[in-house]
Amino acid sequence: MSASRGRSGEAGRHRCGPALVVVALAGLLGSAAAGPAVAAEAAPYIVLASTTSTRDSGLLDWLIPAFRARTGIDVRVVAVGTGRAIRLAERGDADVLLVHHRPSEEAFVRAGHGVERFEVMWNDFVVAGPREDPAGVRGLSDVAVALARIARGGHLFVSRGDESGTHKKEMELWRAAGIDPHRDWGAGPGAYRETGTGMGATLNVASELGAYVLVDRGTWISFRNRGALDLLVVGDPLLRNPYGVILVHPARHPHVKAELGQRFIDWLLSDAGQARIAAFRLEGEVLFHPVRDVDPPAAPGASSRRIGSP
Amino acid sequence: MSEFQDAFVQAARLLGRADPELLEIIALSLRVSLTALVLACAVGLPMGAALGVFRFPGRRAAVTLLNALMGLPPVVLGLALYLVLSRSGPLGFLGLLFTPTAMILAQWLLVIPIVAALTRQVVEDLHEEWEEEFRSLGAGRLRSLFELLYEARFQLATATLAGFGRAIAEVGAVLIVGGNIAHVTRVMTTAIAMETNKGELSLALALGIVLVALSFLINAGLVAVQELGRVARG
Repeated sequence: MSASRGRSGEAGRHRCGPALVVVALAGLLGSAAAGPAVAAEAAPYIVLASTTSTRDSGLLDWLIPAFRARTGIDVRVVAVGTGRAIRLAERGDADVLLVHHRPSEEAFVRAGHGVERFEVMWNDFVVAGPREDPAGVRGLSDVAVALARIARGGHLFVSRGDESGTHKKEMELWRAAGIDPHRDWGAGPGAYRETGTGMGATLNVASELGAYVLVDRGTWISFRNRGALDLLVVGDPLLRNPYGVILVHPARHPHVKAELGQRFIDWLLSDAGQARIAAFRLEGEVLFHPVRDVDPPAAPGASSRRIGSP
Repeated sequence: MSEFQDAFVQAARLLGRADPELLEIIALSLRVSLTALVLACAVGLPMGAALGVFRFPGRRAAVTLLNALMGLPPVVLGLALYLVLSRSGPLGFLGLLFTPTAMILAQWLLVIPIVAALTRQVVEDLHEEWEEEFRSLGAGRLRSLFELLYEARFQLATATLAGFGRAIAEVGAVLIVGGNIAHVTRVMTTAIAMETNKGELSLALALGIVLVALSFLINAGLVAVQELGRVARG
């Protein structure tokens, strides 16, 4: 420092520090490289608040390009749990809501936040658990019986615990089984664990602990880190998981893109949209069932796994 | 441990074929974090230097606050900013939620305390060393402030890098105010979080490797410039 002290006077014109020059240049490069993304922002779009199950399964990556090709409207997906998605929509931060918990959706519309709820499709939940299945629930057709066995036996169960659609469904199932998971656990508290995170993070925990877990089939099939978890209970009608779509009410939030949003909803419910849903396959499996019977197109549906596609 | 091998292979493959989606995500990460950094320096450098040079009541408290804010959890800032930018919030009319601008804003607010606090430390030390000299030259405090900023520029580069590190590595805030929307607000860290939640552990790790490599390049570039500067100064 002191060596240059004498020069500080004449050099003190505060030329930008070299550090800042580099940073500024890199910033410009970054901006230039991001040019196409900026251009894309100009296209008309809606914001869709939805759940991780529809994004992470690849369904939305399968539906949205088809909708965009027909209408030129882009759909920006914010994928969070059903509870948070509904809260986003209540605050007016989304134009359309696509979630899966009917009672919450109906309450949302009743409170005047949404215009009307339309059922779009359904998939189902499954119970996964450790391969050795210590509770002996494999193949049970009654999910309430299965859950009661897991709880009474004091086996590890990992819950979302995050007010998501899956978590709300889990609570319904506990009620159906006559179990209060926080009280009626065989081995006392501790075996019923709430992660308070998304489906994937919860599955990561279940896979690590060798615990039972309720999961939607889409996330289960697309999930890559199953470890020693197996699919154990499927097919109970109680496990059916309907998805509803709702336009956020423009009377409540005037900035909502009601017309564009309605076109997306209309398309989802149209023959074309319903057929597109029916044609979606994940690893050869049908995941989402449209609510109306449509002829599935002959072309085999392939989910395009985006970033990162392996 | 095979995840680590897979991760390195995948990272090499993603970079090797110049995966367009990956490049888009990298470009957005750089655009957001570097813009936030430049703007944070524009505020943080003078702010830190002022705290280092000027004496005023409440200064000690301001310095402590600044130091404490270096540890502000990004997710808290993200949540607060979300409530402000939400359509139901005070700045909702701007329509900034779920845009890169909102992410820049978040990182800007996170980086300012780091740059300002580190600058304050450097400038204050220098100022104590040179105070007599400035006084004898009759230089006012404002003048000394800029002299000191210039003199300390190489140490301040470290403050700048620390700020950049905070910005580029941050996930909590940009996830909340950006929404991790594909092609719009998805950056490296939110993509890594998403892939982890999909159970794509190797891919998440591969993206992490790319992020570290990127960060390394930027740091190395800055160090090289510093060295050049030192050489040029003799």
